[in-house]
Amino acid sequence: MEKSVKLSCRHVWKLFGHGAKEFLAKSGDVPSLQELQNADLIGAVRDANIEVLEGEIFVIMGLSGSGKSTLVRCLSRLVEPTAGELLFEGVDLRKMSERELIEIRRHKLGMVFQHFALLPHLTVLDNVAFPLDVQGLDKASCEAKARQVIDLVGLSGRELNYPRELSGGQQQRVGIARSLAVEPELWFLDEPFSALDPLIRREMQDEFLRLQSMLHKTIVFITHDFDEAIRLADRIAIMKDGEIIQIATPEELVMNPATDYVGEFTKHIPRAKVLTVGSVMSKEIIEGTETVSVSARIEEIADKVESAGKPMSVVDADGKPVGSIRPSTIIDVLVGRKVIS
Amino acid sequence: MIQKAGRLFSRTSIVWFALLLITWLLSTYSRDMSKALEAKWITRFPAGWRLSLKNDISAAMKWLVEEADFGLFTFREATRGLAWLIEQPYNLVLSVLSSGFMEGQGSGAVQILPPLSWIAVTAIVIAAGHFAKDWKLALLMGLAFLYLAVFGQWDSAMVTLASIIIAVPFGVAGGLLLGIAAYRWNWFDQALKPILDLMQTIPVFAYLVPILFLFGFGPVSALVATIIYAMPPMVRITTLALRAVPDEIGDFGVMSGCTQRQLMWKVLVPTAKPDLMVGVNQVIMLSLNMVIIASMIGAGGLGFDVLASLRRLDIGAGLEAGIAIVVLAVALDRLSQAFAQPRQSGEERRRSESFLKRYPRTLFVLVLSIACLAAGYFFAFIQSYPEALQVTTGTFWDELVKSININYFDDLEAVKSFMLSTFMLPVKRFLGGIPWAWGWFLIAAAGWYFGGWRLSLLCALLAFFVIANGLWAKAMVTVYLCGVSVVIATIIGIPIGLFSALNERADRIVGVIIDTLQTLPSFVYLIPVVMLFRVGDFSAMIAVVLYALAPAIRYAAHGIKTVDPQLIEAGIVSGCTKRQLLWRIRAPLALPEIMLGINQTIMLALSMLVITALVGTRDLGQEVYIALTKADIGRGIVAGLAIAAIAIIADRMIAASAKSMRKRYGLA
Ligand SMILES: Nc1ncnc2c1ncn2[C@@H]1O[C@H](COP(=O)(O)OP(=O)(O)OP(=O)(O)O)[C@@H](O)[C@H]1O
Ligand SMILES: [Mg+2]
Repeated sequence: MEKSVKLSCRHVWKLFGHGAKEFLAKSGDVPSLQELQNADLIGAVRDANIEVLEGEIFVIMGLSGSGKSTLVRCLSRLVEPTAGELLFEGVDLRKMSERELIEIRRHKLGMVFQHFALLPHLTVLDNVAFPLDVQGLDKASCEAKARQVIDLVGLSGRELNYPRELSGGQQQRVGIARSLAVEPELWFLDEPFSALDPLIRREMQDEFLRLQSMLHKTIVFITHDFDEAIRLADRIAIMKDGEIIQIATPEELVMNPATDYVGEFTKHIPRAKVLTVGSVMSKEIIEGTETVSVSARIEEIADKVESAGKPMSVVDADGKPVGSIRPSTIIDVLVGRKVIS
Repeated sequence: MIQKAGRLFSRTSIVWFALLLITWLLSTYSRDMSKALEAKWITRFPAGWRLSLKNDISAAMKWLVEEADFGLFTFREATRGLAWLIEQPYNLVLSVLSSGFMEGQGSGAVQILPPLSWIAVTAIVIAAGHFAKDWKLALLMGLAFLYLAVFGQWDSAMVTLASIIIAVPFGVAGGLLLGIAAYRWNWFDQALKPILDLMQTIPVFAYLVPILFLFGFGPVSALVATIIYAMPPMVRITTLALRAVPDEIGDFGVMSGCTQRQLMWKVLVPTAKPDLMVGVNQVIMLSLNMVIIASMIGAGGLGFDVLASLRRLDIGAGLEAGIAIVVLAVALDRLSQAFAQPRQSGEERRRSESFLKRYPRTLFVLVLSIACLAAGYFFAFIQSYPEALQVTTGTFWDELVKSININYFDDLEAVKSFMLSTFMLPVKRFLGGIPWAWGWFLIAAAGWYFGGWRLSLLCALLAFFVIANGLWAKAMVTVYLCGVSVVIATIIGIPIGLFSALNERADRIVGVIIDTLQTLPSFVYLIPVVMLFRVGDFSAMIAVVLYALAPAIRYAAHGIKTVDPQLIEAGIVSGCTKRQLLWRIRAPLALPEIMLGINQTIMLALSMLVITALVGTRDLGQEVYIALTKADIGRGIVAGLAIAAIAIIADRMIAASAKSMRKRYGLA
C-alpha cells in the first residue's frame, strides 16, 4: 500500500533582506544565487520541494548555514515563506487563519529544539504539561498525561527538578517528552542531539528509534551529521546554500550521489552500514538451505555469508528466492571497492 | 604615508591650540570689548531675540489644568482620578504601617485599629529575608529594622517604607507594560527611546514643578514624581530582557499553540524574570533615591527629616535620618536581589501537605502580628518601641563636627581656599567669560570634529536652545562645576580603578566601597560635606565628586581587566616591564571603556548638580530650584531641558569619540 503524503511543500522560497517578495515576483522563474547576491538578498531556502510521507522519518541534512532550520521554520509556519505552497494533510497551511493555525499547533504538531528551549521557571513536570496547560486542559489531566510521557522517556523520579538541575541529555529528554505530550501527528526535530556529547548522542539516537518504533509518528528531523542521518532516516534531503540537491534513501545516496557534493559526504560512510543485500546481489538464483533477506544490511549478514564460504541464496519477505550473494561481494563492500553486480 | 599622518596630526593640534588661544583672549577681554564698543550683545544674548518658551509652557499648563476638556472628562478630572487611584492603596499601606485605621474626620478621628507593631513588622521582614534566601539575610533584615526602632527613626521610616511599597509596584508595572509595548511594536520603541533618554538626563526637580501644579502638595505628588523617576530603567530593562530570551523559547511557545497573550505572560516574561528582577531592584533603589527630593513636594518620612535638618543646619539629626535611609536602602536592596535568585527545586512544597507545613513563615508572622495587636493594648512597649530605650547619636555628631571645626578649621579652610583660588575660580572665570556666539561656534566645531556634520548640527541646535532661552551664563557655571568635579573624580577614580584591576585584594575592598557609595541616596553626600565646608562651590564640588566617583573607578577597572590576555602575553614576550605593560598596552586599549566611565561620571555629576543648588551654587540647578520654590513651571522645565541639553551634548561627543577610538583599535 502506498503511504499517504502528510506534509508537502512546493516551490517554497525564503529570502532575507529588503524587498524580497517584490524581487521574487519580478524575476519570474528561478533566480540564481548570483542574482540574489546582487540584489542584497540572502537565499536561505530556494525553491524547496518535499513530500513527507505518513509514518516516515524524513531527515533534512546539510552543513551549517545551508538553510535547514529556515526550511523547517517555514514548514511549521514559524516564519512566513517568501513564496510557495505548504500542504498539511492536503490543507493549505498558508491560507489558514491565526486561530486555525493555533489549533493545528496545539493538537497536531510537536517540535524539539537544538538547545532544548525548556522554560527555566518551571519544573520538569510543569514543562512537559505546558503545551496541555496552554490548551486549557484541567490541572489533573495535564499532570497525569505529563507523568505518562515523562515515564516514556525514562525520566520518572525527576518530575520536580528544574531544568538547570538536569544534564544535557536529560534536558533533551524533557524536550522530547514535552513535544510528545500532545500526541502530535507531525513531529519536527531541529538538530535535537547536536548540543550533546557524542556518547550521549548515540544513546539518544537509540532512544529516539525506540520511541519511533512504538509511536510511528511522521517525523521531520534535521541534522548536520551525516552519520546521524544515515542511522535514523527513511529518506534524506540534502541541502546546500538553501537548495535541496537530492532526496533519496540512504542507500540510493551512497550508490548514486546526484552531485560531487553529495558524493563527498557519502565517501566516508562505511558502505556495509548502508547497503542492503538487494542492491549488491547478483540476479542468479541458486539453491541453498541457508538464506539471507533481501532487505538486510550487509553489516548484519557479513559474518554469516563469509563463514559459509560460498554463495548464499537471497530471499524476499515471502521467502521466495530472488538472487544470490557471494562472500567476495561482501568483502568488496567492506573494503569499499566498487561493486560490480 | 606615515609622514602624511604625522603632518595631519600636527595640523589639527595647531588648529586646536589656536582655538584655545582665541577662546582665552575672548574670555578675558570680551567684557572690556563690549563696553568699549557699547555692544552688549557680545556678552549677553539680546533680550529681544529670546524665545518666550518659559511663558508659553506656563500658559499651556495653565490651560491644561483650568480649561482642557476631552469631552468625557476634563484634564483636571483625569489628574484627580489618577491621584485617587494612587491614594487608595497608599492610605491603606500607610494605615497598616504607620497611622493605624481611623474612624471619623480631622481632629475628631479615633483610632479603631493601631498600625502593625514594630515587633510584627520586624518579624515580617525577617521572614521575608529567610524566604528569599537564608538566615543570614534574615538576620540582616532584622538588624536593619531593629536599628530603625532603637535609633528613634521608626515612625519616619514606616512612612517612607509605605511610599516605597506603593511606588515600586506602580513603577514596575508601568515599566513592564511600556517595555512590553516597545518590544512588540517597533514604532513604539522608536518613539519611546528619545523620551527615555530625555527622562534620564533631565533633573528630577524640573518635573517636580508641573507635578506639583497638577497634583498639589502632598504624598500623592511625591509618589507620582517617584514613579516617573524610577520607571525609565524598568522600561529599558524589560525591552532588553525580552529581546534576550532565546529565539528557540519564543518558537517553542508558538509551536505549543500559545496565543499572543499566553506567549507573553506564560513564556517570555517568566523566562526573562531574572533580568526583570534587576529592573525591579533598580526601581527600588531609585525610589529610595527620590525619598528626600520627594519630600520637597509633600512626602513625609525620613526624607522630610533630612531636608528639614539640612535647612536648620542641624547636622546630627540630618545625619541620623540620612543613615536610616541608607539602612533601609541596603536592606531592601539585598532583599530584592535575593528574590531575583532562582529558586531551589520544589521537592519540599508538595501539594498534599498541610497549610502549616507549606507556609510555616506566613502562619508564624500572622499569629505573631495578631498576638502583638492584642498585647499592644495592655503593654505599650509592644505596640511601639519605648522612647526611653531609644538611642540618639545626634549630639555625638554635633560634638564631633564642632570639635573638628574647632581643631581643624584652619587646615580645612586652607585646603578649600587653595583649591578655589588655584583651580576652581580660574576655570570659572575662563568659562564664564566666553561670549555666547564664540561658545556656540566652538560646540558646533567640536561636534563636527568628533562625529561629523550630524553631530555638529545636533550640538548646535541644543546649544542654541540654551542660548536662546537666555541661560548661557548659568549653563557655563553648570559646565564649570560639573567639569571641575569630573576632572577631580577622574583624577582620583582612574588610578584607583587601574590599581584595583591589577590587585585582587584591593579590587574586593574597592568593590564594597563603590557598592555602598552607589546605594546611598544622593542627598546623603551633602550632609557631612556641608558640616565641614559650609555652603558654596567647594562643598558642591566635593559632594558631586563623591557621588560620581563610582563609574570612573568601575569602568577603568573593567576596561583594564577585559584587555585581551593574548595582547598582554605578547607584551611580556617582547620584554615589557610591568610599567610598560600598563602604559603601553593596558591603558591605551582600555581607553574606550574609560571614556564611557567618564561619560557616566558626567551624567551623574549633572544629576547631582541640581541637588547641590541647595547649598548655594548659582547654576542651572539653582534656576530649577528657584522655579520649584516659586512654582514657576515654564522656568523649571526650560532650565531642566537646558541641563538635559548639556548632558546630551557631552554624551554624544564622548560616545562618538569612544566609537572612533574603538574602530581605530579594531575592537568594534
Ligand atoms: N532572521 C534572519 N535574517 C537574515 N538572515 C537569516 C535569518 N535567519 C537565517 N538567516 C540566514 O539564512 C541562512 C540559513 O540559516 P539557517 O539557520 O536556516 O541555517 P541552518 O542550516 O539551520 O544552520 P545551522 O546548522 O547553523 O543551524 C544563513 O545564511 C543565515 O545567515
Ligand atoms: Mg539550524
